[in-house]
Amino acid sequence: MGTQSLLWNSVKKFLTCGLIGLTISDRYASIVPVRGASMSPTFNPRARNFTDDYVLVEKFCLKKYEFSHGDVVVFCSPSNHKEKHIKRIIALPGDWIGTTHNSHDDVLKVPKGHCWVEGDNSASSMDSRSFGPIPLGLVKGRVTHVVWPPQRIGLVERVFPQERVSSFK
Amino acid sequence: MRLLSYMGQWKSAAKEVLDRTAIVAKFLCLLHVTNNYLCSPTLVYGPSMLPTLNLTGDVVLAEHVSHRIGKVGTGDVVLVRSPVDPRRILTKRVVGMEGDTVSFYVDPMYSQTTVVPKGHVWIQGDNTYASSDSRHFGSVPYGLIQGKVFFRESNELRITRF
Repeated sequence: MGTQSLLWNSVKKFLTCGLIGLTISDRYASIVPVRGASMSPTFNPRARNFTDDYVLVEKFCLKKYEFSHGDVVVFCSPSNHKEKHIKRIIALPGDWIGTTHNSHDDVLKVPKGHCWVEGDNSASSMDSRSFGPIPLGLVKGRVTHVVWPPQRIGLVERVFPQERVSSFK
Repeated sequence: MRLLSYMGQWKSAAKEVLDRTAIVAKFLCLLHVTNNYLCSPTLVYGPSMLPTLNLTGDVVLAEHVSHRIGKVGTGDVVLVRSPVDPRRILTKRVVGMEGDTVSFYVDPMYSQTTVVPKGHVWIQGDNTYASSDSRHFGSVPYGLIQGKVFFRESNELRITRF
């Protein structure tokens, strides 16, 4: 009898903590691991055998969906909704972005409600250069800080190739 | 002496306030998880889904389980985040899944045929004359689907099931 109520109490506590954790990670912030080297040297700078980088993702940006050039964001892949990718926003709706298509240079206008994302490591990154601009509705959060490994804890800077983007407002 | 007893009362009152706040916070978390992962009532309005849904507004129940496990299919009415404005959520019907060939009328004379790419769906409003949907902005990625509508609460006494 005593152990049954103890078990029930621990199940209740576990569920409560789970609910609170889920709410906080959906609405405020969460910590996610970064897999792969498509954002080197910002995340996972060398082919590290030890551990992936962990980053802090904030969800306050999802109230207004207002992003700036150079924001690193987490988004659902447009070809597989179960996968999430981390890339940098290079161009916002209405911008003109210079790309290379079939070895000739091209200029594309980012449609309304979409953004152009690219990985920092252009050599090995599946990004908007292959699947085109993505709707901003797919963005699930913005990366603000690196929290692991301890020697690289810090703010994630906003940098982007200004020479390839032009925005007329 | 009086100070000590006041501090004791203040401490117990503060504890009670914290307990009540904790209960409210837990309830709000439960509400958030239910609304986002199970089922939520939503008000939908607009002409694009006539005659299925009302122009002036209908309260519908949308469930948020099917789209996470990939069970959304052709013919379902879904809530979709607009690819043109991420702050708006649209209510449309799924007319084609990935790999399907969809034909639609660009204007009354010409029809166009497209294949829905991998990971995307083709959505259209039931009222084709007053709906801005995939015929205008193309296939939308499956990841934009927020939920599937399965129940409509109607002003009349009859309740419609989808």
